[in-house]
Amino acid sequence: MNKLAISEDDLQAWVDGVLSETRNGEVEEYLAANPEEAERVRAYQAQKQALKALFEPVLDEAVPQRLQALAQPPVAVDAKKRPIFERWSLQRIAAGLLVAMVSGAAGWFGHAQHQAAERQAQVMPLPRQAAVAHVVFSPDVRRPVEVSAAQEDQLVAWLSKRLGTPVRPPKLGAIGYELIGGRLLPGNSGPVAQFMYHDTSGQRLTLYVTTENATNRDTGFRFAKEGPVNVFYWIDGQFGYALSAGIDKSELARVATAVYDQLEHK
Amino acid sequence: MDNAALLAEIPRLRRYARALLGNRAAADDLVQDTLERAWARHALWRAGSDLRAWLFSIMHNLRVDQLRRPSAPLHSIDDEDFEVPTRATQNDRLEVRDLESALCQLPDEQREVLLLVALEDLGYAEIASTLGIPVGTVMSRLARGRERLRLLMEGRPHGANLRIVR
Repeated sequence: MNKLAISEDDLQAWVDGVLSETRNGEVEEYLAANPEEAERVRAYQAQKQALKALFEPVLDEAVPQRLQALAQPPVAVDAKKRPIFERWSLQRIAAGLLVAMVSGAAGWFGHAQHQAAERQAQVMPLPRQAAVAHVVFSPDVRRPVEVSAAQEDQLVAWLSKRLGTPVRPPKLGAIGYELIGGRLLPGNSGPVAQFMYHDTSGQRLTLYVTTENATNRDTGFRFAKEGPVNVFYWIDGQFGYALSAGIDKSELARVATAVYDQLEHK
Repeated sequence: MDNAALLAEIPRLRRYARALLGNRAAADDLVQDTLERAWARHALWRAGSDLRAWLFSIMHNLRVDQLRRPSAPLHSIDDEDFEVPTRATQNDRLEVRDLESALCQLPDEQREVLLLVALEDLGYAEIASTLGIPVGTVMSRLARGRERLRLLMEGRPHGANLRIVR
């Protein structure tokens, strides 16, 4: 026995590839000299890979609805159920603290306001909402929209009626994007509209229009990146607009400017 | 606790639960219980710490509770007619089935460690803290679990070091 004796723990760690380089070399020397042991640990290695392969497909299964729903905070978990001070005493990151403060405050102010605060705490920011809607619908080959551009009049009438205010898809033909159609979606507190466009290469772009922004002030252009999706968004009175696509920022900015100009001069 | 981050962990929780319980419905029930408990206790989660490790430890504790209760429906783990995970039909089908049933024959505590190592690539120390046991115990369960699984797969019953005479 030369260096440190090779232990069973070393062999297990060798299987998992977590040994230091030196130790790994020592274990391999040992295995070379002990073919039976080598056979045993190689069987463990194969076993590990087989287990991985066996259960890998579960990762690709669609997550059942009931589990997906649980990624959202359940209604029962709210500030009213727990003492406010418990929340205060815990260290939280800034965002968590804000939620705690909002819902903590709600505890003081009674039921109606509490509900409002809870809603607020769960609101998804505009660019994220838009990006999610973009990635959900834009890859859809057969039904990317509910009402196609061929019935643009109906689309406009319907969405305007549901949003309670006139909405109209901007015309982007001049900059190379053609309207495919649109759909109605649930927003944070009511209906929102999504218009979809594509260019000649089939690159899709969506414009997300909300009328839920009563409390927000106007903003200039803002840019957000949600994974592979770039989003330009801005707020204009009650309207929130978000333009999303998997194209680069400068090209998207060009389109956003065109959209903005048309909406301004409507 | 970030909803998106939580959502992203669900597939892994499902995979681990499926491997642990060998039964799809029971596994998803366990994941559901885990998520519910996570929300009920989310004030206890320290932001910035490892969400996945925290969720796995919740799942582990739930499982321990369930196993302690003799009437828990999850106790039917050695049911032979469990659902085999969907997988392309290949000629290794029989072997796959073997591996699954061999896995089911391992004691719970060994299966747990084996799966955390194989599926989650967690370090030994992380597993120890997830399961609330010393690292030495993780190592010995891992060694025993691997050896037992190997013997089962080779068609040799139980952990005894039987020598096969051909």
